[in-house]
Amino acid sequence: MSENITKNQTTPALPSVSPTPHVRDKSSTGKIMGCVLLGLLPATALGVYNFGPRALVIVISCMALCAFFEWGFEKICKKKNTIGDLSAVLTGLLLALNLPVNVPWYIPLIGSFFAIVVVKQLFGGLGQNFMNPALGARCFLVLSFSRYMTDFSYKSGWGSADVISSATPLADVKNGLGFNLTSMFLGNEAGTIGETSALAILIGGIFLLCMGVITWHLSFMYLLSLIVFVAVFGGRGFDVEYLAAHLFGGGLMLGAFFMATDYVTRPITKRGQIIYGIFLGILTGIFRIFGPGAEGVSYAIIIGNLIVPLIEKITVPRHFGYRKAAKE
Amino acid sequence: MENKESRFKPFINGLINENPTFVLMLGMCPTLAVTTSAINGLGMGLTTTVVLTLSNIIISALRKVIPSKVRIPAFIVIIASFVTVVGQFLEAYLPALNSALGMFIPLIVVNCIILGRAEAFASKNGIFASALDGLGMGLGFSMALTLIGCVREILGSFSIFGISFKAPLEAAGLSPVAIFVMAPGAFFVLAAIIAVMSVIRDKQLAAGKKTKIKDVRCDKDCASCGDSGCVHRFYDDKDIED
Repeated sequence: MSENITKNQTTPALPSVSPTPHVRDKSSTGKIMGCVLLGLLPATALGVYNFGPRALVIVISCMALCAFFEWGFEKICKKKNTIGDLSAVLTGLLLALNLPVNVPWYIPLIGSFFAIVVVKQLFGGLGQNFMNPALGARCFLVLSFSRYMTDFSYKSGWGSADVISSATPLADVKNGLGFNLTSMFLGNEAGTIGETSALAILIGGIFLLCMGVITWHLSFMYLLSLIVFVAVFGGRGFDVEYLAAHLFGGGLMLGAFFMATDYVTRPITKRGQIIYGIFLGILTGIFRIFGPGAEGVSYAIIIGNLIVPLIEKITVPRHFGYRKAAKE
Repeated sequence: MENKESRFKPFINGLINENPTFVLMLGMCPTLAVTTSAINGLGMGLTTTVVLTLSNIIISALRKVIPSKVRIPAFIVIIASFVTVVGQFLEAYLPALNSALGMFIPLIVVNCIILGRAEAFASKNGIFASALDGLGMGLGFSMALTLIGCVREILGSFSIFGISFKAPLEAAGLSPVAIFVMAPGAFFVLAAIIAVMSVIRDKQLAAGKKTKIKDVRCDKDCASCGDSGCVHRFYDDKDIED
């Protein structure tokens, strides 16, 4: 029922009566967003531990800026203030987790503006945006400031002066260099602030699954279809280490558990989510194996967002008692 | 006075009230494709203006000779002749602009502003009015393209009309937003300018300076409406006025 509630909260002036049976539910947009924020806590904490205080500054400023732009836009347009539902703060956190730690100060500013004002509010606010705001902003930034957005050098940890400049593990995998599965799983690697540790994201993902905020269908099918695609087309066959590197490397885990599952931009039905997950897996596989770059999760998800209405169209649930017209 | 004002009306009309790019939304292909810099936008606009004015004059002069059944092919032959002449002129005298605009010079033949004005205005009006209409529409188009080009050039490559001010800004740690000189940037800038113009028009409406445009919104309830593609669906939380 949560989808209905999310949608109706943005349109209080309209009667919010859905067809029977009516289900009473205590969940609200704010509670769901709060759960997702909690689920992201391990990944954020590990990112801050790994990349040092600058990462913390980026995370906090992105969250504050997103909330500010949401408030400001709604103030100017005389709309109802929706900061309380935490969706803008969540967008800010996701955006920050998708930025490398060394970005200049104006990148969080431009990214937050693009995510909240252009992708979300111009299309009508929460529930109406056709694309995940944080990912839309990330792709905007990657196209605009590719030099900064692909610079993954960082100072390791608090107070350390060593600058570690390296390619992301996924780039190493793509170029046939060695990789360390354990550190990819735990997260002391180069990458964006929130994507490096598969373990921290998995903890958060399992938390969301237990809380019932997400279901396994989408995330599981996404990961599975990517593994199958890489096994078939990756050129290394069923090499467990290679497949695990694809699974733990890059933004896949973050994308599968926190970005693709965004309520607004995923299909509503379970069947639709399974189709969507498979589509995302194949698309990510194509970008990773055949594309020029090492990573493809963010583009895969925003392209996936665009075909969600089509998936919804073919997975409309049948009315109770309705039978398909017999073929002649 | 009254008479004189109405004579120049077609010219003023094309510049603002019926600006081909921002109001009529015609000629979107060159608008989006060539406006990566102000010079390119201006060049494209002026080239189109020349072709549009000349073809409007000739089509208006021949409007009683051309049989209505074959008017479209006849218009295209006239337009294509002028485009060829102008294209060769550019190749000879402005080779840099010619190579920057590339394929979009010959494509002026199928520019919908030119065919649209031939069909809607020049084939029904006198030579003088048609010339003014072509000039007004062309300059309106040039103005729009230059404006879009300026914004994209300033944001996307930190320069204006080819004069770069990149060095001091880069020294201050800023870098240009490269997406504005790529294809998506054209859409962002065009949409933003149209939005600003709409706001201005709404203000003028409110002040009673202009007559109201017909409201297209239906009075049905969005929640029970089956048209999921409706642009006004759940559009705003405010009550619909009047």
